[in-house]
Amino acid sequence: MMSYLLLKLPYFTVVVLTLLGLAAMVFKKNLIKILMGLSLLESAVNLFLIVTGYRTDGVAPIYTNAPSLHMTLPTVQALTLTSIVIGVATSAMMLSFAMVIYKKYGTVNAEKVKKLKG
Amino acid sequence: MDTFVMRHLPALLIATPLFAAFLMPLVGTAGRTARNAWAFLGALLTAAIGLTLAWKVWTTGTVLYVFGAATPQQTLPPDAAFPIRIMFQVDAMSALMAVIASLSALGITIYSLSAESKQSGLETFYAMLFLLIAGVLGMVVTGDLFNFFIFLEISSLAGAALVAYRIDDGVAVEAGLKYALLSTVGALAVLTAIGMLFAQYNALNMATLASRLQFTALDKVALVLLAVPLAMKCGAVPMHFWTPDTYTTAPSSVTAFLVVSSQASLYGLFRILYTLYGDLLQFSWATFGWFLIVLGILSMFIGVTMAIPQKDVKRLMAYHAVSQTGYMLLGVGVGLAVLGNADALAKYGKTAMAGGLFHIINHAMYKGLLFLTAGAVFYRCGTRNLNKLGGLGHTMPWTMVFFMIGALAIAGVPPFNGFASKLLIYESVFRFSPFLSIIAMIVSILTLASFVKVFHSMFMGPPRAEFAAAREVPAPMFIGMAILALFVVVAGLAPQPFIEHMINPAVDALVDRAGYIAAILGGR
Repeated sequence: MMSYLLLKLPYFTVVVLTLLGLAAMVFKKNLIKILMGLSLLESAVNLFLIVTGYRTDGVAPIYTNAPSLHMTLPTVQALTLTSIVIGVATSAMMLSFAMVIYKKYGTVNAEKVKKLKG
Repeated sequence: MDTFVMRHLPALLIATPLFAAFLMPLVGTAGRTARNAWAFLGALLTAAIGLTLAWKVWTTGTVLYVFGAATPQQTLPPDAAFPIRIMFQVDAMSALMAVIASLSALGITIYSLSAESKQSGLETFYAMLFLLIAGVLGMVVTGDLFNFFIFLEISSLAGAALVAYRIDDGVAVEAGLKYALLSTVGALAVLTAIGMLFAQYNALNMATLASRLQFTALDKVALVLLAVPLAMKCGAVPMHFWTPDTYTTAPSSVTAFLVVSSQASLYGLFRILYTLYGDLLQFSWATFGWFLIVLGILSMFIGVTMAIPQKDVKRLMAYHAVSQTGYMLLGVGVGLAVLGNADALAKYGKTAMAGGLFHIINHAMYKGLLFLTAGAVFYRCGTRNLNKLGGLGHTMPWTMVFFMIGALAIAGVPPFNGFASKLLIYESVFRFSPFLSIIAMIVSILTLASFVKVFHSMFMGPPRAEFAAAREVPAPMFIGMAILALFVVVAGLAPQPFIEHMINPAVDALVDRAGYIAAILGGR
């Protein structure tokens, strides 16, 4: 029972992270905090991808001196790496947007940043 | 050399704009002329490759391209029973989208050469523009779900950066942030869905996934996580709220291409419903068809009613873009609703789909043209407010002609291309449900009314003193608009060859799920 829970623990973490991220994005007014929520959401998705790739007793697919041939397909790890890189680019760009908004509007309160209407 | 290029067309389609994008800052240091020449060359080559690739698909059938394999056509590795490499699968549907994207990319790049010439930081502008082009082209030719996500993100990031490009008083950045935030959340949902599918079926290749899909509970969740963000990215009501902001604040040439980018998301939505899930939805084809139809009707009607009171000409056009997306959803939705009924599909389902798909290419052309004319007016007059504009017909006659062509096309007036695709939709949807067809016609009438107003307040009336200095646009902007206008007129006067050689194969490709799978895994 205990080991089963331990195996499923990452999935619970994913759910908690997702909820935290969504809550931050929906309820926070500060643009920086909204972007932090987005980062949490990204981490949740990355963790989810990595967890799906875990195989008990599986080894890394490096054939040299491999202890066993019970190997994991490293696709999800590759996906996660790609996703992390994209996440960095996204965060950097959006944080710089937030910076420009602060310079132009003098605030990062999402309720006051609305010159767009209609 | 010729065979080398022909063999690697799908890869070159992405490599060319990427190469153009990443070398742009370097070339830009050599001066203005070099930069413009490089941008023009990149767009011209991309368009040439896109058209050649589409030609190859129409003459020889689906083109496969497997990256890193011994030959580009080797879909299955010699020692494995399933494809593990990234591959592009260009069928007639993808070819149609590639033609749209590469043609309008050429038009908007030429237009940008002078429209943006007063701005600074143009190296990055063009670099981002080519990244956006590469992202959109990648989305429509890829046969790999994760690859689709990557290109979706590339186009979203480049799109957001371009929306925020004219910082001015911060409004553009606000719109850019909104777009980036929504796109990222949407893309994360797509990535989660991809993770769910991969965890169950050990495949990312769309054809392989389609052949293995069991439609478990998790697959249903994945379907929702794929369909909703893509519907949002194509601007369907009730998830349209980002379109007016984004389309208004972006430079006009970028807006014209963002329309194409949103249609690439529409393509993704169709691909997932028809190809990835396809037969698995057979117990509820009507439900999923109606899902698209309701989205379509809502988009059409709410889009046009929101457009009528707008004073900013680009904002008005943006709401019309939402409204026109509704026609595509309606046409293809009717096709999906009767997919299980071979009789109805042959009678009117395929015609409805053809109308919807034809409307995608027509919309990209006339909507792009309209946004470019709005940009031309802004370029000369410095305002987009309809209450302030007036009398431009005296000084900008060609822009007026192009605007008229675009406006009549979007309203579905013959002999322009909007009429051809809308007529297909009216006729076929009428046989499915007369009521829907009537709504579609009413929306067209409202569209016409709205554009008559715009035409009147921009171009009619006596010449105004404040716009006395307004002249006809420079040659590159003229050529950019002329390319799109030419297509609008030609496709309106002679729609039959387009429907026969471009649209109908695309419809067949979309319906033929088994064929898509067989192209990769062999055997039927």
